[in-house]
Amino acid sequence: MRQELVLLAVILLLVILEIFMDNKKALVNIAIAFFTVHTLIGFIPLEDGTLFGGMFHTSQLIHLFKNVLNIGVLIILLQSAEWIKKEIVAQHKSTEFFLMMLSSLLGMYYMISSGDFLMFYLGLELSALPIAALVAFETSKRVSAEAGIKFILSAALASGTSVFGVSLIYATTGSIYFSDVAELLTYSNLSLVGFIFFFSGLAFKISLVPFHFWTADVYEGAPIPVASYLSVISKGSAVLILMIILFTVMKPFELVTSKLLYIVSIATMFIGNLFALRQQNMKRFLAFSSIAQAGFILLGILSNDQLGISTVVYFVSIYVFTNLAAFGVIQAISTETGKENMDDYNGLYRTNPKLSLVMMLALFSLAGIPPVAGFFGKFFLFTAAASQGLYFLVFIAVVNVTISLYYYLLVVRAMFLRRSDHPIPYFKSSFTMKLGLILAVVGVLFIGVYSPIYEYIYQLSIF
Amino acid sequence: MDILSLFVIVPVITMLVLIFSKNLKQSRVIAAVGMFVQFVMSLNLIFAYFKEKQINDSIMVFTKDLLWFEKFNIHYTIGVDGISVAMIVLASIVVLAGVFISWKMEDLHKEFFISLIVLATGVFGFFISLDLFTMFLFYEIAVIPMFLLIGIWGSGPKEYSAMKLTLMLMGASAVLLVGILGIYFNSNAEGGALTYNILEIAKVNIPVEAQNLFFPLTFIGFAVLGALFPFHTWSPDGHASAPTAVSMLHAGVLMKLGGYGVFRVAMYLLPEGAMTWSNFFIVLSVIGVFYGALAAIKQTDLKYINAYSSVSHLGMVLFALLMLNKTAWNGAILQSLSHGFMTALFFALIGMIYGRTHTRDVTKMGGLLKVIPFISVMYVIAGLASLGLPGFSGFMAEMQIFVGAFQHPDMFHRVATIITVSAIVVTAVYILRVVGMMLMGPIRNNEFMELEGATWYEKVGVILLLIPIVFMGMTPIWLSDMIRESISPFIERMM
Repeated sequence: MRQELVLLAVILLLVILEIFMDNKKALVNIAIAFFTVHTLIGFIPLEDGTLFGGMFHTSQLIHLFKNVLNIGVLIILLQSAEWIKKEIVAQHKSTEFFLMMLSSLLGMYYMISSGDFLMFYLGLELSALPIAALVAFETSKRVSAEAGIKFILSAALASGTSVFGVSLIYATTGSIYFSDVAELLTYSNLSLVGFIFFFSGLAFKISLVPFHFWTADVYEGAPIPVASYLSVISKGSAVLILMIILFTVMKPFELVTSKLLYIVSIATMFIGNLFALRQQNMKRFLAFSSIAQAGFILLGILSNDQLGISTVVYFVSIYVFTNLAAFGVIQAISTETGKENMDDYNGLYRTNPKLSLVMMLALFSLAGIPPVAGFFGKFFLFTAAASQGLYFLVFIAVVNVTISLYYYLLVVRAMFLRRSDHPIPYFKSSFTMKLGLILAVVGVLFIGVYSPIYEYIYQLSIF
Repeated sequence: MDILSLFVIVPVITMLVLIFSKNLKQSRVIAAVGMFVQFVMSLNLIFAYFKEKQINDSIMVFTKDLLWFEKFNIHYTIGVDGISVAMIVLASIVVLAGVFISWKMEDLHKEFFISLIVLATGVFGFFISLDLFTMFLFYEIAVIPMFLLIGIWGSGPKEYSAMKLTLMLMGASAVLLVGILGIYFNSNAEGGALTYNILEIAKVNIPVEAQNLFFPLTFIGFAVLGALFPFHTWSPDGHASAPTAVSMLHAGVLMKLGGYGVFRVAMYLLPEGAMTWSNFFIVLSVIGVFYGALAAIKQTDLKYINAYSSVSHLGMVLFALLMLNKTAWNGAILQSLSHGFMTALFFALIGMIYGRTHTRDVTKMGGLLKVIPFISVMYVIAGLASLGLPGFSGFMAEMQIFVGAFQHPDMFHRVATIITVSAIVVTAVYILRVVGMMLMGPIRNNEFMELEGATWYEKVGVILLLIPIVFMGMTPIWLSDMIRESISPFIERMM
C-alpha cells in the first residue's frame, strides 16, 4: 500500500500548495519534483501481502509494474512541463492537470492490485474519469471537447459492460473475491456470457478490435501528454490486470480465451496497421500504431505460462519508453510550432538533427529493428507464441511487422530523405523536455541489450 | 580481446570517432583508417586461421561464448571456419574500396560514413556469429541502413527504390524469424535443452515434418537477399538508385549474406527439408539465372545491366547450393567470393564513368577506351572475369558449379544444368555488347573527348578489388583447400 499512500500524499500536498502558491510556473516544477521523489521511493523493495481482507494484494511483479508506470508518468510530466507553462498557466489552470493525471494513476494502482472485482471496478473508474476530464482539457479547442465526449461515453459504456459481466459471474459463483471465484467458477452458458462482457470492457481500454473506434479520435483531440498517457499507462495497466484475471480467475475458459485472443489479435494487428498506412496527423498515426501494438501484445498473452507473462511485461515496459520517446518529439514540435502533420516533418533532420534521431530510434523500436529494445520485445513475444506451436499466428504477426515498418519508414523518410522549403526551424527544447526525452531514449537503447532486466522480470512472473 | 570480436568492435569505434568529425576530410580519413585496420586484421586472420587449424581440428576455431539471455539460451557465440574467413576478407576489401570510391561525398558526409560502417558492422557480426539469434540481429542491422543510404544519397527514384528494397528485405527477414523460431523449438528433439547455437542444433535430428515446414521459410528468408526469383525485384531498382559505394557494398557483400545463410543455417540445420524442397527451388534459381541474363541484354542503363547481372550470378550461387554436393558447394562459395569482388569492381567503375560523362546510357557513349584508358581497361578485365574467362576467378567458380551439378544423373538436374550453362553464353553477349558499344568504336559524344583520368583514390579502390580477382583466378589452390576443408562437416551432415 506504500505506493498508493505516497501518491495520495503527493496529490494532497499539491492541492494545498495550489491554494497558497501564486507562482504557478514554479508549482509545475515542484509538482514534478514531488513525483520524482515518489518514483524514487517506489524503488525501495516491498514485500508481498494482501490488505482489506483480500481486496488489495501486491506481489513483486505488480510492484515492478507500478514502478514502470511511475517512470512513464514521470517522463510524461517532464515532457509536458513546457506545454503547461506556456499554454495552460495562461488559461488559469495548472495543477488541475497534475492532480487529475496522478489521480488516474492512483486508480491504475488500485486496478492492478485488485483482489476482488469491486476493487477492480473502483480502480477502473478512478483511472478513467480523470482522463475524460483531461482529454477535454483544452476547452478552447472544439476537437478537444469532442474527443472528451467520445471518450467519456465509450468509457462509461465499457465500464458498465464490464461490471455487468462481473455481475453475471457473481450470479454463478456467489463471490467477488478473485480467490473464491477461481475455485468456484465453472464453465456454463451464464458464466461464459459474463466472461465475454467482462473481457469486452477491458478490451476497450486496451483498444482491441472491435472496441478500438474511440482511439484515433480521442488521441487526435486530446492534448499530447494525455494521448501518450492513454497509449502506454492506461493500456499497460489494462493488459496486466487482464493477464492476471485470465490466468488466475478465468481458468475454466482457457480454450475460449485462446481462440478468442487468437482471432482478436489477428484482427487488431491488421486493422491497426492498415489504417495507420493512410494517416497524416501524427497523433492519429501513433493511435493506430498503438492499436497494432496491442495486437502484438496478445501474442504473449496466448502463452499462459511464465514465459508469456514475462514477455508481455517486458514488452509493455519497452513500449512505455518507446512510445513516450515518439510522443515526446511530437510534443516538442507541437509546443514550439503547433504543427502536428507528417508533411511538416519534411527535412527535419537538416534543422533539428537530435530530435530527428530520437524520433528515428523510437520508430525503429516500434517497428522492431535491432539493436534497439523494441526488437527484443517483439522477438520474445513471438517466441512466447511459437512456444505454444502457433506458428501461423507468428507468421501473420511478422507480416504485420513488415506492414508497420512501411508506415514507420514514412516518417523517417519525411525527416531524413525529404527536403522542404519551409522546414521546422531549429529550436532548443526546455530542460525538462530534454530530460524527458533522454530518459525515454536511454530506456529504448538499453533495456533490450541489457539482459539482466529480462531475467529479473522472468523471475517475478508468477501469479 | 579475442581476435574475432575485434571485427565488430573496430567498426563501432570508427563510428563513434566519426561522430566528432567536423568536415569531409576528417570523415573520410577516419573511415579509411578504420576500415584499413579492418582490412589488415582480415588478412592477418587468414594466416592465423591456418596456424590455428594445424593445432586445433574443430569445425570452428577462435570460438568464444558469452551467455546473454539465459532463459532463452541465447548466447553471443562466435567462431570462424574457412568459409567465414574468406567472406570476412571479401567484406573488408569491398568496404575499404567503397570508402575510397566515396572520397568526394560532400552531402552529410558524416552520416554517410556512419551508415556505411553500421552496415559493415552488421555484415562482420553476421559472419562471425554461431548463434541464430545473434546472427539474425546482425542480419537486420546490416539491412536497415540501406534505407537511409539509398534514400538520402542515391539518385533517380531513390525514395521508391529505398522503400521497396527495405520492405522486401525486412519482409524476408520477418519470414526468416518464423523459420528460426521453428528451428529453436525443435532443437530439443532428442532430449536436451532448447538452443540457438548452430553447432549444437546440427547434432540434433529435427523431425522431418518440422524440417519440411521450416526449410522453405528459412531458405526464402535468406535467399531473397540472394536475389531469388521472383523476389529479386528489389535488386535492380535498389542498385541503380544507390550511390556507388552503397551498390558496391550491397551487391558485393550484403547479397552474399543470403547464400551464406542458406548454407550455414537452412541446409546445415534442416538437411532433409533441403532435400525435399531442392527441386522446387532449383526451378526458381534456374529461372533467375536465365531471366537475369536475358534482362541484362535488354537494358541500356549501365547500373541496371550490372544489377541484373548480379541477379543472374547469384542465382547461380543458389543453384549450386541446391545441388547438395561437395563440388557444387565449393563452386558456390568461390562464385560468391568471385562475384563479390567483380560486381563491386563493376559498380565502382560505373560510378567513375557516370561521374565523368553524367550518363549511364550505353548508347550515348562510345570510344571511351581512348579517352579514359585506365578505367576502360579495368572495365574490360572485369567484364572478362564476369563471363568466366580462365585466369580470373569466375572460371574456377563456374566450372566447379557445373561439374558438381552434372554429378546428379537424373533428367531434372541435367536439364537444369544445361539451361544454366547456356546462360553463360547470354552473359557473354551482354558483357561484350557493353564493352563494344561503350569503350570501343567511335566517340559518340564530342563532349566526352576531354574527360579526366582516374584520380588516385579511385585507382586505389579499383586495384584493391582487381587483385583478388586475378589472385583467385591464378592461384586458387590454398583458397580451395581452405574452403573444401570447411565444407566437409556440412556434407557429412547431409548424408
